[in-house]
Amino acid sequence: MASIGPNELFFLAQGLKWTLALTLIGFVGGGIFGLIVALARTAESAALRRVTTGYIAVFQGTPLLMQLFVVYYGVALIGLNIDAWLAVAIAFTLHASAFLGEIWRGGIQAVPKGQTEAAKALGLHYVSTMKDVVLPQAFKISLPATIGFLVQLIKGTSLAAIVGFVELSRAGQIVSNQTFRPLTVFAIVGLAYFLICWPLSLWGARTERRLQTATR
Amino acid sequence: MPQSTAAEVPLIALDGVGKWYGAYHALKNISLRVRKGEKIVLCGPSGSGKSTLIRCINHLEDIQEGKITVEGTTLTDSGHAIDAVRREVGMVFQSFNLFPHKTIMENCTLAPMRVKGLSKPESEEIARKYLARVRILDQADKYPAQLSGGQQQRAAIARALCMEPKAMLFDEPTSALDPEMVKEVLDTMIGLARDGMTMICVTHEMGFARQVADRVVFMASGEVIEEGPPETFFQAPRHERTRAFLGEILAHH
Repeated sequence: MASIGPNELFFLAQGLKWTLALTLIGFVGGGIFGLIVALARTAESAALRRVTTGYIAVFQGTPLLMQLFVVYYGVALIGLNIDAWLAVAIAFTLHASAFLGEIWRGGIQAVPKGQTEAAKALGLHYVSTMKDVVLPQAFKISLPATIGFLVQLIKGTSLAAIVGFVELSRAGQIVSNQTFRPLTVFAIVGLAYFLICWPLSLWGARTERRLQTATR
Repeated sequence: MPQSTAAEVPLIALDGVGKWYGAYHALKNISLRVRKGEKIVLCGPSGSGKSTLIRCINHLEDIQEGKITVEGTTLTDSGHAIDAVRREVGMVFQSFNLFPHKTIMENCTLAPMRVKGLSKPESEEIARKYLARVRILDQADKYPAQLSGGQQQRAAIARALCMEPKAMLFDEPTSALDPEMVKEVLDTMIGLARDGMTMICVTHEMGFARQVADRVVFMASGEVIEEGPPETFFQAPRHERTRAFLGEILAHH
């Protein structure tokens, strides 16, 4: 039986690198497009609302695994030759923006109507009303759900293995097959996931408390 | 009293204003003229449309009929007209609607900075002036939730004043307050009235109406039933509905 040496650990670290990269893509892409989705979902235009409602329904109603497949092979089918890395990034962005959009939509609508009215009465325009008045309050309301989803997303990056990505989970599987030490390997892999997710949860809880005391 | 301005163009003019919520006829053919410096008290039973009426003046609600003109600008759906009107008219709400994540100072400086494009020091100087005027300058760095209801409402008045409006709309400003805090808010409003601010107040505070109003307007079922100077309005109401309303409301005060 082979043992777990520096080579194996280095291989796992490579996987971890991809996991972190996918996570970052999901956070940034999902955050930016999720904000757009949330704003469109709460817009005055009925057409905008209907389109984004459909978008959210599709991405919440299908598995992430299937979304990865569809984007990965679908993009190739329509004749575009893009990097697999880019395809996966697109899939994660679409997925995360649908979920974050819906979470933040709820947050925006939970801000009392009087806040928007006061902003309007003061003459503030849409951008300032959102940026200065509504979104900071909506963010606070949606923080627990947002953190919860992001933690799910980090673990969800393991699904990218299906289109050939050797991220942390897949790397773990490979090392485990070579060394026949599944328990040790997956303990290491699990610990790595935990060390990414746990600080995020902690940060979320701390931020929530800080925002709470600021307005109390 | 600035009677000399009586002949001038009214600051706020409503002509045949009508509003529906679906099939419900909320405002029926309302016409009202408010001169510069005039103080109007709007009263009436709940659901009579008085809050809806003042919310139409700064276009928080739109109207389906008639016309509203503020300082020469007629309200249309155009953003430009709405901006122009909101710049001239401040509003104070029943539930204060202060921004809870901002300090009192930040509440006051936000609109001057974003709407008028003033610098931070400039808008803070204006804010200090009006916070001092409503006597809560010492609370400027606190968050709204750290203040009492009366202090919050005075902060909301200061926030509106920081835009230096020509007229102020008050939508039941004391209805959400504990009884012991009503007076401090009313005193602030009386001070404002003395300084010549044009005011339209929806309120059930008849003592305030007696003391401050140039005219009292009584509404019921979306219509103006009667209006007049407070002396005649309280002493000799002409309509049965006015008498019934006054009988009820004065019995409690």
